[in-house]
Amino acid sequence: MIFEETQAFETRRPLSAPAHLLRSLHLDAQLLVALIAICAIGLTVLYSAMAESTQALISQSARLGVAFFAMIVLAQVPPKKLRMWAPWVFLAGLGLLIAVLVMGELGKGARRWLDLGIIRFQPSEIMKLAVPMMAAWYLHERPLPPSFGAVFVIALMVFTPALLIAMQPDLGTAVLVACAGSIVLLLAGLKLRYLVATGALLLAAVPLLWHFMLDYQRRRVLTFLNPETDPLGAGYNIIQSKIALGSGGVFGKGWLNGTQAHLEFLPERSTDFIFAVMGEEFGLLGLLALLAIYLFVVGRGLYIAAHAQDTFSRLLAGSISLTFFVYVFVNAGMVCGLLPVVGVPLPLVSFGGTSMVTLLAGFGILMSIHSRRRLLPA
Amino acid sequence: MAGSIRFKNLRDEQHTFLKRILIAALFIVLLSGLLVWRLVHLQVVSYTHFTELSQGNRIRIEPMPPTRGLIYDRNGHVLAENVPTYRLEMIPEQVDDVRGTLERLAALGLVEPDEIDRLKDLVRRHRRFEPVTLGFRMTEDQVGAFAVNRQHFPGVDIRARLRRHYPFGELTAHTIGYVGGISSADFERLDRANYAGSSQVGRSGIERRYEETLHGTVGYRQIVVNARGRVLEQLDPTAAEAQPARPGGEGRRRSREPLPGDDLVTSLDIRLQQAAAEALEGWRAAAVVVEPRSGDVLAMVSTPSFDPNLFSGGLSRAQYQGLLNDPANPLLNRALRGIYPPGSTIKPHLGLALLHHDIVDPDRRIFCRGHFSLPNSRHRFRDWLRQGHGHADLKQGIAQSCDVYFYTTAVELGIDRMHDFLVAMGLGQPTGIDILGERAGLVPSPAWKRQAFTRREDQAWFPGETVIAGIGQGYMTATPLQLAHSTGVIAARGLRSRPRLVIGSGNGTNGESVDFDPEALSRLVLKDPHAWETIVDTMVEVTRGPRGTSRLSMQGTGYTVAGKTGTAQVFTVGQDEEYVEEEVHELLRDHALYVAFAPAEDPEIALAVVVENGGSGSRTAAPIARAIMDRWFEAREQ
Repeated sequence: MIFEETQAFETRRPLSAPAHLLRSLHLDAQLLVALIAICAIGLTVLYSAMAESTQALISQSARLGVAFFAMIVLAQVPPKKLRMWAPWVFLAGLGLLIAVLVMGELGKGARRWLDLGIIRFQPSEIMKLAVPMMAAWYLHERPLPPSFGAVFVIALMVFTPALLIAMQPDLGTAVLVACAGSIVLLLAGLKLRYLVATGALLLAAVPLLWHFMLDYQRRRVLTFLNPETDPLGAGYNIIQSKIALGSGGVFGKGWLNGTQAHLEFLPERSTDFIFAVMGEEFGLLGLLALLAIYLFVVGRGLYIAAHAQDTFSRLLAGSISLTFFVYVFVNAGMVCGLLPVVGVPLPLVSFGGTSMVTLLAGFGILMSIHSRRRLLPA
Repeated sequence: MAGSIRFKNLRDEQHTFLKRILIAALFIVLLSGLLVWRLVHLQVVSYTHFTELSQGNRIRIEPMPPTRGLIYDRNGHVLAENVPTYRLEMIPEQVDDVRGTLERLAALGLVEPDEIDRLKDLVRRHRRFEPVTLGFRMTEDQVGAFAVNRQHFPGVDIRARLRRHYPFGELTAHTIGYVGGISSADFERLDRANYAGSSQVGRSGIERRYEETLHGTVGYRQIVVNARGRVLEQLDPTAAEAQPARPGGEGRRRSREPLPGDDLVTSLDIRLQQAAAEALEGWRAAAVVVEPRSGDVLAMVSTPSFDPNLFSGGLSRAQYQGLLNDPANPLLNRALRGIYPPGSTIKPHLGLALLHHDIVDPDRRIFCRGHFSLPNSRHRFRDWLRQGHGHADLKQGIAQSCDVYFYTTAVELGIDRMHDFLVAMGLGQPTGIDILGERAGLVPSPAWKRQAFTRREDQAWFPGETVIAGIGQGYMTATPLQLAHSTGVIAARGLRSRPRLVIGSGNGTNGESVDFDPEALSRLVLKDPHAWETIVDTMVEVTRGPRGTSRLSMQGTGYTVAGKTGTAQVFTVGQDEEYVEEEVHELLRDHALYVAFAPAEDPEIALAVVVENGGSGSRTAAPIARAIMDRWFEAREQ
């Protein structure tokens, strides 16, 4: 009989059957339930956003299945193994990124996909996990807070892939990858002066960045600053998504009754702007509920990070959780007009599969870390 | 601190980490608060405002596709145009009994009776308020039949749309190309907004290469819809346009007329194209005619061809499979993508190289006994004339196409110098013509061979390979376009221009037109410029000389032709065997080639003809070239 070990000082009680199964699969019940809840909400909204297409629902569910499978697989890998693999995963990912630039398939005017015969995938997705893994691996054996040299090395590890991804060009993913890596540094105790220096440097880089941006990227920024300038073009999305959100009110227009979405005023309603569909049909209350679950997931992730027992696990778990929040915030912020339109999907809700797999794989890692912590604090 | 050794302090580390996590959590709370504040602002404070906007959102923006630019030949004949086509459309919401309506339409002959189930399914899966196309190409009779009975079919209508049409059909399939339906894969390379209303996109040839020019810019108009999305009325875009624009409000304008795509003028002369196609009829063959100085492609024909109108009208899978699986490969543009051993057509080029590098002077005579062997080798490289040509100088070497002359001199010239010279003439690399898919052909060299082969023993360059390169055999290949282009270089005495198919564009709206300048390439300069005339003379001897290989086909021309025959082996004849045409399988028979330009002294046209398995250059290819040139000079006299 298996006993719940964490509560060793309490009376030992036998685990129920499902709890037993979760334990032996290294899964975390709280996280799992919250993730499933988000996915369920996602499918519900998606059904409405995709004009009640069962076809889309089935294909999205299939992708979710794959993603959950990836989560379960990753949960079986002990953090120690993961740490040993980190450099190799990173190098492989870097190689693939270069390959994709050289011979990737063109999609929407950008080189993102790599065709491996049976499967097509975006190597940039791997980097979302590989970069924080690599940074955490590098810091694992080094004294913290990181020295100047270490910070420099990590900056290289983070910004080389981010730059390669930005060159595809895929600004959204590049920002997320850079975020995931930078968060590791911040959590490792990066000194404040480095932070200030980087901030100043970034600010100085803005004109340079502007110079290298592609037309459509510049347009997005300009439109963000003043959406009314281009109501037929790029600003149209923002205007319509604000109308969708605003007209949803507190209680929403009801499921399948969103006029903005159903009369096709709202573009990209099943992908980047699905948050607006949710807001239109389920109102403020619906959005707050969804946000609450998201925050619970982030909170649980941070809790796991705080209880992790070695540097690598700690940094990685922290980065994965915080990056997840960045995801949510960037997407929601973009839809309600707080941030410029960057192509970041609403995690686990937006239609499309590539990012889902990476996201859930990340949570698999969190679960693995949590289920394998040794008892007894030092 | 530099240099001092620091140790890992796990307790401190964890402490810092927890502190940072707390800070992060604080940020999360702050940012979430910001988000909630924003949402409250949108959904509670401005609720009434946005509700009004949402209810007022009855005006939908509908894209209006631009009209595709037309394509002309150099004399103003239309090669690609847009013709109206009639579509039968149904708006499901306005039809009470879909099945009954379809059955009555079938009774009128407007839809196929066995299609009813499929169409009913199609209607069911569509949005209620959006038109569903029931039939794409209604005939005039069907349109008439419907017009009479229109009142019985509420919610069904026939609408005219534009479809691309190629009046010359097969004749322009390989150059103009064709348009086809836009697939989701296409949208990955196209500007989605600009193609919002378009249904077709250039798939090959000029249609594809000049897609951006031809397509134009999408327009918008507003349509008023009811709360269920049904179209109630269309606002006149010109009326909306007439409203006074708000200050600085370009973006405020709610309608925009589409801007039609630009028209293109091609270099093609459709009558010359026709003559070439007629002359090639029945063969798997290609002919390319260029104007040497400008690089204008006057004709580019590849036979067999196909009807591009099939593609623009939506062709069935079976039709497409039929084209794909046809052994004669009609979809292949042989002029651009067919690569053939150039055979003896390469000899004038090599003659130039020999003169340029002082390997021969025009009077040097070489004895031809019908075969050639390298020193210390018993392998015999045979001449096409078994008994040999006797003593031959450069002129006779080219006029009679003496192989032994060029075997001997090729060895003296050496493969590297041969390679460099042929490349300078435009072989072995794409010519850079302005349509996609051109192949590069190959001018072999030891350097190339080292790269091309992986096995060490394959990488070595053998002296015998230089010998056969001297008659354009072995690894050497070229496309008909390259042959015409490089022959044009001789015609223009070293002037080179990039071959081109589009020579100008016109704006259908304001009538402005632009002529594009030909693109000059670096000039080929010989050590002694007289060599050009020497070689041109030898090529005239081919058509005029008593022993010239194409004297029979070129008898009685009113213009002087400088030409060269070529007969390229498709398979290798064994040392002791004899090539007997009748005994060889059709697909292994020699390719027939001919290159020429005329008039020799001041050339207007240069051309190349390649006939797959045509047997012999002088018998098959030369008469075709003659027919094409006759057409050109006849038309000029008119």
